[in-house]
Amino acid sequence: MSTPAEPHRNTLSDMELRVLALEKLLIDKGYVDAKALDVLIDTYEHRVGPRNGAKVVARAWVDADYRARLAVDATAAIAEFGYTGRQGEHMVALFNEPGVHHLVVCTLCSCYPWPVLGLPPAWYKSAPYRSRAVIDPRGVLADFGLELPAQTELRVFDSTAELRYLVIPTRPAGTDDWTLEQLADLVTRDSMIGTGLPIFPDSVTATLAP
Amino acid sequence: MNGAQDLGGMQGFGRVVPDADDAHFHESWEPRAFALTLAMGATGSWNLDQGRFARESLPPAQYLASTYYRIWLEALVRLMLERGQVTEAELIDGQLREPPRPLARVLSADAVPAALARGAPTEREAAAPARFAVGDAVMARQINPATHTRLPRYVRGRRGTIVALHGTHVYPDTHARGEGESPCWLYTVRFDAHELWGADTTASSVFVDCWEPYLEVLASDRAHSPTSAGPR
Repeated sequence: MSTPAEPHRNTLSDMELRVLALEKLLIDKGYVDAKALDVLIDTYEHRVGPRNGAKVVARAWVDADYRARLAVDATAAIAEFGYTGRQGEHMVALFNEPGVHHLVVCTLCSCYPWPVLGLPPAWYKSAPYRSRAVIDPRGVLADFGLELPAQTELRVFDSTAELRYLVIPTRPAGTDDWTLEQLADLVTRDSMIGTGLPIFPDSVTATLAP
Repeated sequence: MNGAQDLGGMQGFGRVVPDADDAHFHESWEPRAFALTLAMGATGSWNLDQGRFARESLPPAQYLASTYYRIWLEALVRLMLERGQVTEAELIDGQLREPPRPLARVLSADAVPAALARGAPTEREAAAPARFAVGDAVMARQINPATHTRLPRYVRGRRGTIVALHGTHVYPDTHARGEGESPCWLYTVRFDAHELWGADTTASSVFVDCWEPYLEVLASDRAHSPTSAGPR
């Protein structure tokens, strides 16, 4: 759709009518290009999302040189995949390890690494998450069904500047001979924010166990 | 400003509700409001920090009662009204009544992929050496500007340690006031969670990105005293 439809008052909400009127006005004024709006929406609805970040994580799991590049200059290492630009101009990778877990929040707004994770989920932008992540992160993790060992060091990163953080979770056990593609399928969006862990292939580890 | 956007450490908002689905937008108007905000931002009519200040300037009760794209929409309208780009009457029915104001540029559909891939880096060439080094003990300043700042209330007056330098970046506090980029050194500062919250926390440490003007030297061997925080 490149031209807003004529509003039908019997079916549209006040907000829908208001935004339609605004869009029509800004197009008529020549401030915005209707087709550009469509491209922007299509980009973030269909083209950019957490599968990008999952590929970065999987590569970091299998390729020690890549992992080292990610640690030194995450922006450049992530750009090797072609993931660059808006809301990912200055990337930093946070490496989880046994006993250390990272959680990312933006208490002041909703800063989020768009090129690798897409647009943030609603909960990430919500007051409950933004208020509580920095004071009671274990309570937040409990809301996601995640309980870390009591001795695990929990580091919370508040994205107050233009640095954007990507958590690199620890690689699940029992995946030694997995392909990059298989590994990427284990990497959830939440595991790259810190509110989750990768999918652990229990069935595989069970069959591999002695 | 000490507005409703500065949420860190507030209590009473209840549980975090993880998404049942992965939908980015939950109302049909949200993607249009999102795209309008990005497209108008690309015209260069205001900068990133002026945009953020418009959002956090919403009255606290309204901010806290609004969904995030509603906050974006209200800020977009406010920014355009301030610049005379639209009028209240035009916003009611979308009918053009005043001629358009000139813009620096308009984002065309063809230009979108390159514009997104380029983004808007905030790092600038350093004009002066960094005042702090990794390992330095610092204190976040006790500041309460009514204008835009990115120093959250919960770290002001608290002691931390520099853990990383990130070069010099556009300084939001001056940028939002239209007083220029004034690039400053940017650091990641680690705050022990007990320094921030006493015993009432389940975090180990909280890392906050701080521009140099947000920080002052803290002699590591000096006892913490509120009177050492500088002139009043």
